[in-house]
Amino acid sequence: MSDNKHKQKKIRWKSLPDKRGYYGRFGGLYAPETLVPALNELEEEYRKAKKDPEFKRQFQETLSKYVGRPTPLYRAERLEKYLGGGRKIYFKREDLCHTGAHKINNCIGQILLAVRMGKKRIIAETGAGQHGVATATAAARYGLQCDIYMGKEDMKRQELNVFRMELLGARVITVDAGSRTLKDAINEAARDWVTNVENTHYVLGTVTGFHPFPMIVQDFQSVIGKEAKKQIVSAERRLPDLLVACVGGGSNSIGLFHAFLEDSSVSMVGVEAGGKGIQTGLHAARFAEGSPGVFQGTLSYVLQDKEGQIKTTHSVSAGLDYSGVGPEHSFLFETGRVKYDSVCDDEALQAFRILSETEGIIPALESSHAAAYIIRCYKNLPEGTLCILNLSGRGDKDVRAVKDIIKSEES
Amino acid sequence: MNRLEVHLKALKKQGVKGVIPYITAGDPCLDTTMKLLNIFKECGVPAVELGVPFSDPLADGVVNQRAAERALKSGTTLRGILERLENDKPEVPVILFTYYNPVFKIGLDQFAVIAKKAGISGILTLDLPVEEADEYVRIMKKNMIDVIFLIAPTSTQERIKRIVGLGSGFVYCVSRTGVTGVRSDVPGTVVPMVEKIRVETDMPIAVGFGISGPQQAKKVAQSADFVVVGSAIVRLIEQGGSSLDICQRVEDFTKELVRAVK
Repeated sequence: MSDNKHKQKKIRWKSLPDKRGYYGRFGGLYAPETLVPALNELEEEYRKAKKDPEFKRQFQETLSKYVGRPTPLYRAERLEKYLGGGRKIYFKREDLCHTGAHKINNCIGQILLAVRMGKKRIIAETGAGQHGVATATAAARYGLQCDIYMGKEDMKRQELNVFRMELLGARVITVDAGSRTLKDAINEAARDWVTNVENTHYVLGTVTGFHPFPMIVQDFQSVIGKEAKKQIVSAERRLPDLLVACVGGGSNSIGLFHAFLEDSSVSMVGVEAGGKGIQTGLHAARFAEGSPGVFQGTLSYVLQDKEGQIKTTHSVSAGLDYSGVGPEHSFLFETGRVKYDSVCDDEALQAFRILSETEGIIPALESSHAAAYIIRCYKNLPEGTLCILNLSGRGDKDVRAVKDIIKSEES
Repeated sequence: MNRLEVHLKALKKQGVKGVIPYITAGDPCLDTTMKLLNIFKECGVPAVELGVPFSDPLADGVVNQRAAERALKSGTTLRGILERLENDKPEVPVILFTYYNPVFKIGLDQFAVIAKKAGISGILTLDLPVEEADEYVRIMKKNMIDVIFLIAPTSTQERIKRIVGLGSGFVYCVSRTGVTGVRSDVPGTVVPMVEKIRVETDMPIAVGFGISGPQQAKKVAQSADFVVVGSAIVRLIEQGGSSLDICQRVEDFTKELVRAVK
């Protein structure tokens, strides 16, 4: 323990990743040769844009006037009371972003980059559909052609989001391979990119994949934590004790955590999808049963068998149903800076209902996992604990699926 | 310089063009794979690329994706492939064509030792660009395994220089941006690409991705030393039937290809 603390002091989190895209031993650029020049170009262009005041101004102005930032930090007092009181819970309301989730922060940033690079066509993968909707939205806003890859299984679960993408002028391409979920959609988007790399930009939706994607997405999403820090200090005159966020690929959690990583008094928990329970093998808990591997462009924890074949996953939440995880999370896990835990489908569904009834907020099933973690451990937290929960998205997209689940349970 | 490079360089010097066939190991089963290796030997190919099936082949088109699925279904593993090669000792030089994770999972050091024992001549790891390859190259070379890298139409001259500096055996030039798979034409950019590579190295150059039959192979062989044909052969395996039927189809086709490039 003391060893870990010592290590933590020495890590300068804000300087990560290093030049080669590594967070400790995780990360890197494991891409087919055809893509490497495009990834190098993207990195170079991003580093230039980052220093360009005009790019910064454009990004911030779009976030405030189009996305609706800053999003509120809201105290969930009725939920606190329901859980017995004595500890404060704040929601970072990313569900109030335009399109209904934090995903749009990254999409705006990457589309602005694509425009700078003169790319006319945008592609993206999507699991829950939120990243697809956000990409289609940003592409429409800047007049770019847009194709979204989505697993057949996810299209069934997220019918409404498919229609939303089509309304926004995007073409949704069905992926009928493998487990027909997020990982297969990423494979297919990567195949498209390898073929059309010269005129196309791939808007990867989370903090994973080939370098520089984890770094770029982390930077664009870090606005969440920067705002939350200011807001909590202004509301409570102190830093929070605990941050909780769900972890699929890991972008909303990195977005919230990043601004606090060097504040050693702030604890953080990343919540993975426990599916039907870790012991059943039907889950997406990479830090419970995964091991380091090279998957979809990066070296990170991944659910795999002893031969290095990637396992399929299960979660009620399409956005958490993914075999891999961003490389920075693997480093946060191994250094002990962030704790990871998992929540089962049933607990997440229960949290979905509790937040709807106590706060009048229908959370996304992804965010419901983070909420379920707080609900589970609320009583065990010391009195006076100050928590921030990243409410990463709203649950409108999930209402139909939840209705079907409740119906099938009743019958 | 290892055996493979010596062998291929000698062929290049004599101006002998060759076909390098690709198949996925274990598609539809390892017994058939071993028979096919012997057939390739009889057809007189200089080397064979043997694909290691992977669950998430993001640089492959549908034909090779399905081949990987069949191979995994038949229980094929990287260790199993290497054990079988060690046992059967096929006479044709074998180049493993793989994604990195199955190798990473075994561990580079241990993998290199068992691959050497299995008689592997070379390895091409699709998702391991030169940026990540220092340790990998060092360990493979120490075990006399040639390391083959891809060069793509998007590779800059500076990258080509770096790639040929690190690789050995031969250079694999990807004929087009895109995944593996059968296409109906050969892009006009192949000839200038091969020339760009020749400036940097005297290693033999193989061209692959999308070469579907004898006519295209012939065209490509006008500039390249070797022509890699993959999906077109894998499609013949996919047609199924008995092991004998599969072998016959592949043999006939390979002979045609070999004749075409001569």
